[in-house]
Amino acid sequence: MDFSFPPEAIAFRAEVRRFLKDNLTEEMIAATHDGTIHSPALHKAMAERGWLSGAVPKELGGGGRDPLESVVLIEELQLARAPIDAMGVAIVMVSMILEHGNQFLRDTVVPRLLSGDALGCFGYSEPESGSDVAAAKTRAVRDGDEWVINGSKMWTTMAHVADYVILLTRTDPEVTKHKGLTFFLVPLDTPGIEIQPVPTMGTERSNATFYDDVRISDDWRVGDVNGGWAVMKTALKYERGIAGGQFPSPPVIDAAVDWASSNTRPDGTRVIDDPAVREKLIRAMIDVEVCRGFAYHTASLASEGVMFGVEGSMTKLFASETYKKHCRWFHDMLGVEGLLTHHEPDAHMGGLIEENLRHSPVTAIYGGTSEINRNMIAEGHLGLPRTR
Amino acid sequence: MRTRPTQDEEAIREVFAGFFTNECPTSVVRAAEPLGHDHELWAKLCATGAPGMALPGSVGGGDAPLRDLAIVVELWGRHLAPVPLIEHCVASRLIVGAAETGGGATDINDRLVSGGAVATLSFRSPESGRARLVPAGAVADVIVAHHGDAIVMIDSDPPGKAPRNTADLPLADRDLSGATPLLTGPESAVVWQRALDEWRALMAIAHVGLSKQAIDIAVAYVTERMQFGVPVGSFQAVQHGLADATTNLAGADLLANRALWALDTGQPDASRLAGMALLFSTEAARFATDRALQYHGGYGFAEEYNIQLFHRRATGWALQLGDPSLEYARLADREFGPRRVA
Repeated sequence: MDFSFPPEAIAFRAEVRRFLKDNLTEEMIAATHDGTIHSPALHKAMAERGWLSGAVPKELGGGGRDPLESVVLIEELQLARAPIDAMGVAIVMVSMILEHGNQFLRDTVVPRLLSGDALGCFGYSEPESGSDVAAAKTRAVRDGDEWVINGSKMWTTMAHVADYVILLTRTDPEVTKHKGLTFFLVPLDTPGIEIQPVPTMGTERSNATFYDDVRISDDWRVGDVNGGWAVMKTALKYERGIAGGQFPSPPVIDAAVDWASSNTRPDGTRVIDDPAVREKLIRAMIDVEVCRGFAYHTASLASEGVMFGVEGSMTKLFASETYKKHCRWFHDMLGVEGLLTHHEPDAHMGGLIEENLRHSPVTAIYGGTSEINRNMIAEGHLGLPRTR
Repeated sequence: MRTRPTQDEEAIREVFAGFFTNECPTSVVRAAEPLGHDHELWAKLCATGAPGMALPGSVGGGDAPLRDLAIVVELWGRHLAPVPLIEHCVASRLIVGAAETGGGATDINDRLVSGGAVATLSFRSPESGRARLVPAGAVADVIVAHHGDAIVMIDSDPPGKAPRNTADLPLADRDLSGATPLLTGPESAVVWQRALDEWRALMAIAHVGLSKQAIDIAVAYVTERMQFGVPVGSFQAVQHGLADATTNLAGADLLANRALWALDTGQPDASRLAGMALLFSTEAARFATDRALQYHGGYGFAEEYNIQLFHRRATGWALQLGDPSLEYARLADREFGPRRVA
């Protein structure tokens, strides 16, 4: 085994750090307080450098950057708290289109997503189907060369700023649920679409989107009619891979060390000298190193051309569950001051730990809940019987 | 970067997987209790060359990196082999290395390479010439210890007897009053720390092996065992506990291997990673054995079933170094500087 990065990845890490130093401002980070974890200027600047395309595999027609460099990019962006929700969506959506889409979509949509001129969002979940995503009820019915779509989607985060939604629809209600699904890429300015905000307890604004006799041509279909599940599997493969957020804890740990070093207990001792605090900080730092191991492992497998499966589930499960724990520990450490939100000028480091605490629950839910990932590990890795 | 084993590494694994499967079934582990040492198994392991494989070629060793030794150690952990492989290798590397830099004791190199003499290290400094509960102290001929600003060594007959303990480890108090300096001065602290880090990283990978086997045993059991008319392993509560255990194990495996690579290649964070790897893999092993025992129901608590062997060793191995809290404190001192206490 060898855990050294190739020289190209080391040079790329330096390049990303320089880029962030020159381009990522505190204003961009703070702008996410309006609920949209996206910075148009940053997104565009990354796209111009080919970093969106680079994360898309070469065999699909993307830039095909070595996955070891892509993992470096994600790591550095997350360490710097860069708002990159749109980036992950773009990479996954482009991969779905390139793997399953027709020439029209490849020619018209892919270049716009990769240049940062257009943004996408996911339309999988519905009011009555979340983890059971294949139970989607949103109907698409063929009408000549067109399709007519009716239904509603939940958690279409970014829809209010996006240009396209990739929609999971039911095209055959008579067959078993996985076999009657079809994907469409739908421009969000198509008549009949309504976007309503869904405020969350975190900082994010999500959306519910409603589709009322939305008509689109067959050109916008992604993959085969009733072949939607294959497209879904592609999406999950990329989403649980390097596009996922695997380093959420370091900014919280850094903030905790900062607070503990500059604050004292009622007895006058520094918080950082409390053995209980020190042990928690080290435990959190160990968890981060474990996340690094997972991320480097999946990237290394991808770099060798080995498609990972259950490793993606383990990475996501471990990173999100430990992140929640770290947020809880260090939010507690601040005591009553930890309750202050970013609105308050005297909140520690702009309310960073508080904001992460409120954000953290969703990380163990979106992109596959911890429970779904545990099912996949139990069935796919341990070979235990399927229970659903 | 390559986080999967190479072909050469797979070849080593194959050879030693065969060795431990044939020579160290759980009947051997049980027969070695309570001493926790099997002379015959040690002799067989010596015949494979394992005790000297990570010693320098200049003294007749195999010149292997720690990563190769770790493949053997992982299997040692998987099979709970009652022989002091980790202590012997770490102590021998220290002794041979010290001799190369001008320290004494070149005359025992051959015995260390062959395993004819068993070596170990005392984590606790001797008090009034006596070291308490030395790992492998019951069976080791050669003991090294850090005392004052020196690493000292003694070559003496082991007692062959251990106090009864949770994990059936061959611990023993040893008389170090006749120990002679192997290395003195500030360098001795550096060399000692390096040896401890090698022990930490190798013990981390041993816990990975132990956890793998514990989870395999649990999966086999819950697949066979029927309750309420279905296999116990079909219950989601059981599946999710094992999924968490195997996720922690996978993380521990990657961290331990990264620590070993860092030690082999002299990375600046090698010591930090070695300390972290031991703490994380110890917890992963304890969690895995806790879940594995629990899902056996009452039988897990019965001496007849093997899972208790794993549970007790996951409890005992790392404690030879001391309270894990002290390891967290040590890493915190590295990270944040020493505590300022009024």
